Amino acid sequence: MTKSPLAITKFRIIFIICWLVMMGDNAMVLNFFGLPLKAAIIDSAICNTLLLLVCLLVMNTLRYYLPRGQQYINVFSLCLFLTIAWLLLVNLLLKLALGKYEGYNELLHHSLSIRFSISFLLLGCVTMISILWYNQLEQKEKDERKTDAEKLAKEAELFKLRQQLQPHFLFNSLNSINALIGSRPDEARKMVQQLSDFLRGTIKKEDTQWVSLQEELQYLQLYLDIEKVRFGNRLSTEIEIDEGLESLKLPALLLQPIVENAIKFGLYDTTGDTVIRLYASKEENNLVIRVLNPFDPETSSPRQGTGFGLKSVQRRLYLLFARTDLLTTDAKQNIFTTIVKIPQIG
Amino acid sequence: MSKVIIIDDEPLARSIVKEFLQKHPQLEMVQECNDGFDGLKAIQQHQPDLVFLDIQMPKITGFEMLELIDQPPAVIFTTAFDEFAIRAFEAHAIDYLLKPFNQERFDKAIAKWNEQRSANAEKTQDLLESASLSPAQSQRIVVKNGSKIKIIPVHDVFYLEAADDYVKIHTPEGYFLKNKTMNHFEQALDGQQFVRSHRSYIVNVQQITRIDPYEKDNHVAILRSGAKVPVSRSGYGKLKEVLGL
Repeated sequence: MTKSPLAITKFRIIFIICWLVMMGDNAMVLNFFGLPLKAAIIDSAICNTLLLLVCLLVMNTLRYYLPRGQQYINVFSLCLFLTIAWLLLVNLLLKLALGKYEGYNELLHHSLSIRFSISFLLLGCVTMISILWYNQLEQKEKDERKTDAEKLAKEAELFKLRQQLQPHFLFNSLNSINALIGSRPDEARKMVQQLSDFLRGTIKKEDTQWVSLQEELQYLQLYLDIEKVRFGNRLSTEIEIDEGLESLKLPALLLQPIVENAIKFGLYDTTGDTVIRLYASKEENNLVIRVLNPFDPETSSPRQGTGFGLKSVQRRLYLLFARTDLLTTDAKQNIFTTIVKIPQIG
Repeated sequence: MSKVIIIDDEPLARSIVKEFLQKHPQLEMVQECNDGFDGLKAIQQHQPDLVFLDIQMPKITGFEMLELIDQPPAVIFTTAFDEFAIRAFEAHAIDYLLKPFNQERFDKAIAKWNEQRSANAEKTQDLLESASLSPAQSQRIVVKNGSKIKIIPVHDVFYLEAADDYVKIHTPEGYFLKNKTMNHFEQALDGQQFVRSHRSYIVNVQQITRIDPYEKDNHVAILRSGAKVPVSRSGYGKLKEVLGL
């Protein structure tokens, strides 16, 4: 339920102060025009208390019924009607309470139009402020809902991006294990272990979770060990980390698809031995990771340098940082470099 | 004795095929290859009776390799996960082995091949026609130039020209011949980039600099390279549509 502005103590105090000021002011004016102080105070109290009640009524009504578009005319009519009703009531009550004072009825009669104008103006202001207040609350709620929906969609998308990378790798690994069981059962057992650890890693980690570079590299090592069994001695890796970077953070499972892409690119597109190099450094406030793989410019150009792997990394970085410049690639001679920058937050 | 060749980029994947082959003494493995280039050479050299072929491999795919062979041998495909290929196999009732597979499944595939040796090669031919329509393969064209294999990115192609049973593929490095039909290329290539401008021509619209009228009803497209490609009346309509004129 939308909250009335008076639910907030600060606004409630301001509201009451305004009411007291109005009352005092009103009494002083009446006193100035020759009404005895006591009568002026009674008059002012009756007038303003009733006006206060009308204001509260309007504020509460708007809480449940917020005008849209053409309906503002209804609100205007309501204010007008309430002011008139208020005036009639005030007129009646004041005559009963203060009619005995000499010349009071005449003063009252003359002041009715002024009382009406001021009250109408005040009530209008209160109405406008209330409408603005409730509108803004409603907008805020709408925004929150929208953000929630976007967040859900984002998580679903991240999950999907991650899943798409798995099947080819998984089935080929199982096939390698199948081959090892006959000839080298010990190695088969070891690979089952590595594959399980790798899969457990992908399942338990949330996409929004951040891990240290050290953790991510351990996970990457599992992946590389499996790939090395699959491709035999054709694949080797070099990993170089500048000192003191082990504790820098990055989104979990970010490096594996990049390295996977490098391996595919390097290994699938060149027929000789392949060395995949990974360098990590810190530049300004970014963790910068470079993954280098050899490629054959003759046969690789049709693929335009990126595959599904990098596109999904790019998308993920965008969803996490709202930036598109964090992943870049560079092809020089026979070396393809993928550079990813991870801003260090906090 | 039948000759067998195994083509797969993973040594362990080849070794399991070799292991399962031991139960079939009538099959002799003459060579194992770890990519399509080697595979192509080996097939030409040995003329095998059966090939175990992986699809996703270095440089060129198993399908692209087969396309370069005039008389494709009988093939048993082995693949880990390739939705497109599996759909193609199903469509042509071609047997395939999904990795990982066991001896029993392997024996079945061999038995099936034994029963219908001639049909296998025929089906493979049909399969290639639809396999080359895959999204990955619409990005490049693999051709054989003498004994060399050439991979042409489609954006490098100027235009295609019908030449009897072949299609001439015009590129910055001259033209290459491919044993396919114009209809095949019209289907396989991206319609937003390649337009059949004439019964005998398909043109890369990104290469066109201008289109001039030529005789009555006909036009001619002038390419950046200076080449002129005939445009028929219906071809002109198609070009205008793609270029948004």
